[in-house]
Amino acid sequence: MINKIFLLGNPNVGKSVVFSRLTGVQVISSNYPGTTVGLAKGYLKIGEVKIEVIDLPGAYSLEPNSNAEKVAVSLLKECPRDELAVINIIDSTNLERNLFLTLQLIEEGFPVIACLNMCDEAKHKGVQIDIVKLEKLLGIPVVSTCAVTGMGIKYLIERIKEVKPLILKDKPTHQERWQKIGEIIEAVQSLTHRHHTLREVLEDASIRPISGLLMSVAVVYASFKFVRFLGEFLINNIMDPLFFSLYQPVLERVSLALGKDGIYHHLIIGDLINGKIDFKQSMGVFTTAPYIEFAMVLPYVISFYFVLSLLEDIGYLPRLAVLLDNLLHRLGLHGYAIIPVLLGFGCNVPGILATRVLESKRERFIASTLISIGVPCIPLQAMIFGLLGKFGGYYVSGVYLVLFSILLISGVILNKTIKGYSPEFLVEIPPYRFPPLLVLANKLYLRIKGFLIEAIPIVLLGVLAINILFYLRIFDYLTNSFAWIVRGLFGLPKEAVVALAIGFFRKDVAVGMLMPLGLSAKQLFISATLLAISFPCIATFVILFKELGLKYLIKATLIMISASLLVGTLLNFCIMR
Amino acid sequence: MKKITLLQMKRNQRGRIIDISGGTALLSRMMSMGLYSGREITKVGQMALRGAVTIKVGRAVIALGHGMARKIILETE
Repeated sequence: MINKIFLLGNPNVGKSVVFSRLTGVQVISSNYPGTTVGLAKGYLKIGEVKIEVIDLPGAYSLEPNSNAEKVAVSLLKECPRDELAVINIIDSTNLERNLFLTLQLIEEGFPVIACLNMCDEAKHKGVQIDIVKLEKLLGIPVVSTCAVTGMGIKYLIERIKEVKPLILKDKPTHQERWQKIGEIIEAVQSLTHRHHTLREVLEDASIRPISGLLMSVAVVYASFKFVRFLGEFLINNIMDPLFFSLYQPVLERVSLALGKDGIYHHLIIGDLINGKIDFKQSMGVFTTAPYIEFAMVLPYVISFYFVLSLLEDIGYLPRLAVLLDNLLHRLGLHGYAIIPVLLGFGCNVPGILATRVLESKRERFIASTLISIGVPCIPLQAMIFGLLGKFGGYYVSGVYLVLFSILLISGVILNKTIKGYSPEFLVEIPPYRFPPLLVLANKLYLRIKGFLIEAIPIVLLGVLAINILFYLRIFDYLTNSFAWIVRGLFGLPKEAVVALAIGFFRKDVAVGMLMPLGLSAKQLFISATLLAISFPCIATFVILFKELGLKYLIKATLIMISASLLVGTLLNFCIMR
Repeated sequence: MKKITLLQMKRNQRGRIIDISGGTALLSRMMSMGLYSGREITKVGQMALRGAVTIKVGRAVIALGHGMARKIILETE
């Protein structure tokens, strides 16, 4: 009786897409190896029976060569043979390489069914596979699917019950196994020769020195411009009109009804500026809090994740890894670390989780520390655009330049001071793929939903708590005891202490609290940079603790504190205006 | 027949792997990705300043670090 189904296959063959199709559980999938770093679980109903389905991280073999493979192998071995089924997902365009794992699964006697995924792409590329013959040669059920569109999934489910544990075979050497694969390929696969397509020319150009660098500069610049353009477009044409013409009149009435002196008015509406509600300065739970999240941050969350998801699904990110490998080696990392860093620009939490694609603890520590110091999340960036943008793009680029230099300097120092070495990378570069719009939209929806669920309660409750504390004058003590650092070293007014402290909870609210202070461009520049470098928000802290342990968390924290003191003071005394 | 390392190969040149001078862990990792003695590959490109090397193996494109590329020895025409 099968009660567990494992999805196993090489990296980037579409395991997560098949998983979503089987269970209805939505998980993030992209076009690069290592998207899934943890285990996803869901259920599949066959008739009346509910079977647990587990999506494993990608593995090239059953030998534990990487952390992901270790996890996959140990989970497979601990489950009784007659209670499990393995769906071995195979990239049809690359049958030969994928069969290595398939043969190992068969030799070990696992009850396995092979699922030849991406059959549409194989057809497009002129690869024909004789499924009937392959089934006979392997001795296991074989089905062909195209998980992105859902083709073949029903048939896959029907045939799962056919699997049974196989008789153990003598294990051949790896070389013999490759030889056998060669014979199978010879018998079942036929190729139609195709001329080089434009896509293939672009694929090659993106990993060659000069053309690759030019392309990467163009892609990064265009992405940044597009994120700003779309973000601003959403703010000016949708969010601001909604807030100012629909929401504000309602709030003005509430404000009148409450009477402007009571504590409730202070909590809900906040302060009136020139007798009116000012979304940027009133600081009420129902005025500034929703304005920050929905009108200043959400538009950029949408535009950022749209661009990131597109780049992910096209398969551009691993190419950046190839281009940046030499630079990242100087920082004690290898090229693939660029993927966690880019995810960190959305939110540091998934960024740090994604450092699991790096093998050693040393690399993971360096990458996580660099992400928490030098990579501002999109809510923080959105607020920086909103506030600093009006002083000129010069200041906005300044913040990125400072953060980038800090990232490089701390990386070099960490690489020189921490014992150990950086392993090199060995990774498959996927072909470019063009995701159906629906798939892209679904992924964007998942990420935006995740953001809203995470951010909205904390922001509303946080602003409420801040207002209560202000009302009771509890912040005065905090402000006065840290005033000497903030005023003396950083040149900021002492009220900024509270904003910097709030940065521990949410960066966007922290920048929001700077809005009523009337800071100069230089002061805003310094405080925004400090908010990025100093402590990450509490969610990131928890992840750092879970992923690295207490000792490394303390180390990372000390690095962050010293970096912020140093950089804050330097900026204050070096910038003239 | 010349024996050279992957680093010395030219762009678009084909070659047959005859040796990988690495530890068992590296060999096993490369083996599972289809890189083993006897295998034919084509070099796609190499980045400057000790950068990554990309090769075509069968239908797949694989990128590997500079140090690893030095350990792969090939036979070329």
